[in-house]
Amino acid sequence: MTAITEDLQLERGGRQRRRQVVNFAIFLGPAIVLTVLFFIIPVIIDVAVSFTDMGRSLQVTGFTTEQYEKIFAGDRRLVEVIGLTLIYVFATLAIFNVTFAVILALVTTATNRLTGNFFRGVWLLPRMSPSVLYILLWIWVINPSEFGLLNQVLMTVLGLETPIDPLNDMPVLLIVIANGFIGASMGMIIFTSAIRAIPEHLFHAARVDGAGGFAVVRHITLPALRWPISFVTIYQTLSLLVSFEYILLLTKGGPFYDTTVYALYIYRRAFQSGQYAYGAALAVFIIALGVIFALLGWRLFDMQKLLQRPRIEVQ
Amino acid sequence: MASIEFRKITKRFGDVEVIPDMDLDIADGEFVALLGPSGCGKSTSLLLLAGIYLPSTGDLLFDGHVVNDVEAKDRNVGIVFQSYALYPHMTVRDNIMFPLRFKKTPREEAIRRVNEAAALVQVGDLLDRRPGQLSGGQQQRVALARALVKQPQLLLLDEPLSNLDATLRLSMRTEIKSLQDELGVTTILVTHDQIEATTMADRIICMRAGRIEQAGTPDDLYARPSSLFVASFIGSPPINLVEGKAVNGTVDVSGIGFPATGATGAVTIGLRPEHLVVADTGLPGRIAQIEPMGREVLYVVSTDIGHIRILEQGSTAGRGAGEAVHVGFDEAHSLVFDTTTERLIPDSHVKPPAP
Ligand SMILES: Nc1ncnc2c1ncn2[C@@H]1O[C@H](COP(=O)(O)OP(=O)(O)OP(=O)(O)O)[C@@H](O)[C@H]1O
Ligand SMILES: [Mg+2]
Repeated sequence: MTAITEDLQLERGGRQRRRQVVNFAIFLGPAIVLTVLFFIIPVIIDVAVSFTDMGRSLQVTGFTTEQYEKIFAGDRRLVEVIGLTLIYVFATLAIFNVTFAVILALVTTATNRLTGNFFRGVWLLPRMSPSVLYILLWIWVINPSEFGLLNQVLMTVLGLETPIDPLNDMPVLLIVIANGFIGASMGMIIFTSAIRAIPEHLFHAARVDGAGGFAVVRHITLPALRWPISFVTIYQTLSLLVSFEYILLLTKGGPFYDTTVYALYIYRRAFQSGQYAYGAALAVFIIALGVIFALLGWRLFDMQKLLQRPRIEVQ
Repeated sequence: MASIEFRKITKRFGDVEVIPDMDLDIADGEFVALLGPSGCGKSTSLLLLAGIYLPSTGDLLFDGHVVNDVEAKDRNVGIVFQSYALYPHMTVRDNIMFPLRFKKTPREEAIRRVNEAAALVQVGDLLDRRPGQLSGGQQQRVALARALVKQPQLLLLDEPLSNLDATLRLSMRTEIKSLQDELGVTTILVTHDQIEATTMADRIICMRAGRIEQAGTPDDLYARPSSLFVASFIGSPPINLVEGKAVNGTVDVSGIGFPATGATGAVTIGLRPEHLVVADTGLPGRIAQIEPMGREVLYVVSTDIGHIRILEQGSTAGRGAGEAVHVGFDEAHSLVFDTTTERLIPDSHVKPPAP
């Protein structure tokens, strides 16, 4: 009798374990394969290459730490690049991706629904169109001759005498604006849905309690945006750090190195100068930064808590 | 403190006309209860008063001045929302203090007033919690404190006691009432609870589909309901209504004749359960059901004109189910309505059928 039940239990236990393995393979397998293929392996290769002397010929003659020595001692341009990167990331984030996005969300939710949706749709267009097209438009806008859109506006409407050339005169501002116009739309969408989620009666209560428009924004809307703002900040910092395609298309990092941010610098070193090993070593730091930010996000947003079963709140 | 006047106010949401045409006067310092079924426009009326909604047409007057263009924040109105509407990211203390921020109240005074208001509604020991950490009844009391702390000229209460237990509700009722007497603040209370309305308010306004069906003292609405709707809405257990036809001084209901005065045509007789007695003469019937209700007993009597509810004083039933009885009543307490217009026919009464 006991033997039979034990057998049954054993069998059931075994079946359960087998099912767990199968579930694991079905649900997590694809993600794991992709992560390994496109993240873990490239990182390993990158770290490996960074300890070699791989150059234009793609030949490796031996292992060395000279790339890292060069980063810490021999690359004066790198300091400028990092400085520029900080300015670029901070300015784009502070002006556009957060502040402007919040303003867009506030304005488009305050107007009637149709106008708001239309306006947000327009702001989303560049994100949905190919980067090349978006940058082509910018190149037309900032064309240094009197036929560029900007110059047409400045000269005919504001009466400027000679056309300006933003690409040469204010390249950093240009890349901040070009990136910010696109970057703002993500925050806008997230903040809009967060604002929409605020119960209407809270706005009513605040108004009856004597709050004017700005006080309502400050005491009701912004507190509800705290979480989304931190999320957008962390997420966008990371994406601004690693992406460079708009800059590459718009200014090619120039004039000279004036708009070469860190990620673009890696690209230029590795693929334009052929210093593959040096580029790989530079990339190691951006990978490390990415991991740090991911962990930071994990901590900050209490991902562990979010992953737990939701508690039903009686509100 | 303020007197209120609704002057031909209508309110539409898109195509939906929620308040068709409202005229209403509320005196300075009056305590008014708004009573009516769900969806009849009670909350909408309060939000109009608070300045959250603008009237579609018509004027709203405070103290004789049109306030249509006065913003909510400048109306000095305290409101307890049906959904409490506490600020979720603020502590209870900050919630209650919130209105005082905009009145530029000095810090010490603000703290003192917050503590007073909190003590009044018995949430003094919850000041450091957030709304999410409070029970429904506690949230409701915090909302009340927040409405009171600013010493408003008009206090709007949208079912402020609905989530409290019986004891607390009773004590809050007295508390609000005496506070209102003391401050003399004009108060409008929305409630589904007639006892609450009749015990607290000077005047009850009974609403139906955005219209004022009847406004008057609790006694007016109870003893002289202007329509079938008010009659059936006020009173618990509900009034007995039977339809009949009045010819030659007799109302005929399913073959039973009630001697009547002042009625002709299709009428509805209204008899309140508490005005009926189990008697030796009158309308014959048989006790179908007995429900002890504490200090009263409810008999449901099956008669030829349908089931009739009788409320009798006394904690125990003196009769048994199935017993043959007669239903009697005093002519003066009977109500007669015109069935087609649903209006009360004044000075019309019926007598119990003769044996
Ligand atoms: N913002 C709105 N848009 C459209 N219709 C609305 C709006 N607010 C209320 N209504 C409608 O107006 C009517 C009255 O609503 P209101 O909230 O005033 O009812 P109420 O008397 O307070 O009911 P309850 O006792 O259930 O709270 C309802 O039919 C409701 O559907
Ligand atoms: Mg309501």
